[in-house]
Amino acid sequence: MDFAFMRDTFFTLIGGVPLTLNLAFTSVALGAVLAMLLALMRMSGVRALDWPAQAYVFVFRGTPLLVQIFLIYYGLGQFRPTLQAWGLWTFFREPYWCAVFALTLNTAAYASEIIRGGLQAVPYNQVEAARACGMSGFLLFRRIIFPIAVRQALPAYGSEIILMVKATSLASVITMMEVTGLAAKLISQTFRAVEVFVVAGLIYLILNFIITRIIMAIEWWLSPHLRRPPSVEPRLEAAHV
Amino acid sequence: MQQLSYFELVGFGPNGWGWSLLTAAGMTIAVALCGFLAGSIVGTLVAWGKIGGNAIIRGLADGYTTVLRGIPDLLVIYLFYFGGSAALGAIGSLFGADGFIGVPAFATGAMAIGIVSGAYQAEVFRGAYQVVSRGEIEAARSVGMHRWLMFRRIIAPQVLRYAIPGLGNTWQLVLKESALISVTGLVELLRQSHIAAGSTRRPFDFYITAAVLYLLITWVSTYLFQRAETHSMRGMRRAS
Repeated sequence: MDFAFMRDTFFTLIGGVPLTLNLAFTSVALGAVLAMLLALMRMSGVRALDWPAQAYVFVFRGTPLLVQIFLIYYGLGQFRPTLQAWGLWTFFREPYWCAVFALTLNTAAYASEIIRGGLQAVPYNQVEAARACGMSGFLLFRRIIFPIAVRQALPAYGSEIILMVKATSLASVITMMEVTGLAAKLISQTFRAVEVFVVAGLIYLILNFIITRIIMAIEWWLSPHLRRPPSVEPRLEAAHV
Repeated sequence: MQQLSYFELVGFGPNGWGWSLLTAAGMTIAVALCGFLAGSIVGTLVAWGKIGGNAIIRGLADGYTTVLRGIPDLLVIYLFYFGGSAALGAIGSLFGADGFIGVPAFATGAMAIGIVSGAYQAEVFRGAYQVVSRGEIEAARSVGMHRWLMFRRIIAPQVLRYAIPGLGNTWQLVLKESALISVTGLVELLRQSHIAAGSTRRPFDFYITAAVLYLLITWVSTYLFQRAETHSMRGMRRAS
């Protein structure tokens, strides 16, 4: 192992981290909105809403992400005149936006199932209690259902975020120079696959470790009711005032 | 040249790409299946290490599953593709063969998939092993079964039964991961669609066909895994 080479590789690859995180977080944030919509569609009980959402989830979970990326990046080029007429071509011409678009659509499918699971795990007596207090509609959702569902869904959502960080590597196939893209370029230039692989893998592990820790911190922060109460020594003098 | 209709394009006629797409879909299934089986072997060994190993083996097994589940699959495929040919090149130069020696893309792909899915399958097997009741293992030991016999007669059948849903999930992952093998040039479904899209300038038509074929494979395999699950669970009392 050539450690000087590995150090140089590390500093080259670290340049791809902002793009990796940018792709991951943009698509997770946009995907969460779409996922919420899909989950509500599935739980609406209206067949005309439920059915398309189900089909969407089936299609996007059943096909490889790379196929989805190619379909959007290369495939939509077939409709270039139409897209130009609609003014969308500037969007679909850019590999960055194609990658974000594909990753968003993909994560929305997985995340909608996670959110649906969280919403369905809300105990019904909580909802009944809230209704008895006179809450309904959006207030009930905002104060009771959503906060409980978020706590239920957070661990699964955390692993989905990790999966998305890993999935951004596929953007390298459509010329995005994030960590994997830089690593592939470096490997094909130097033919030192093992060293580059070790460094790139290490970067991903560090990123994922930090993200896991952040999610764990959020979980901890959201669950004060599950924590042991801090033992407070009773102040003796206060009783004698 | 007159524009071909979609069905002429992906059909089985003289200008159709139907057969090559189907062959490529077969290649996708073949490479995914080989990778999945390789992953089962790796997964079994790693799960064994996690359950029965000493502290060092357990640490290695835990490290393996953590690392392989934390880095992108594409990176592993690049490692095997470039690293494999570099290693072969080094061996070749020992025997006086200079220059680049390519590793067969199928073997690279199957190996990379096996290594990655092995990490997932190890967790599936470990989870399933923990469901097997301790009493059964003690009973097997008390009637004098030796380790291998006990594994074959008592542990393996039950672990497989409980592992089927998890293995189904892993299989879906493997199937989708096999699309990444296209970067090494193996002519599987996505690569073939890429080639066809390039030579006909109809990318959307071919990628959507590939997507439909992938969906079809996913759908059939979900059905098969469900059948296997109900079959393996016959005669079991369910809670619900």
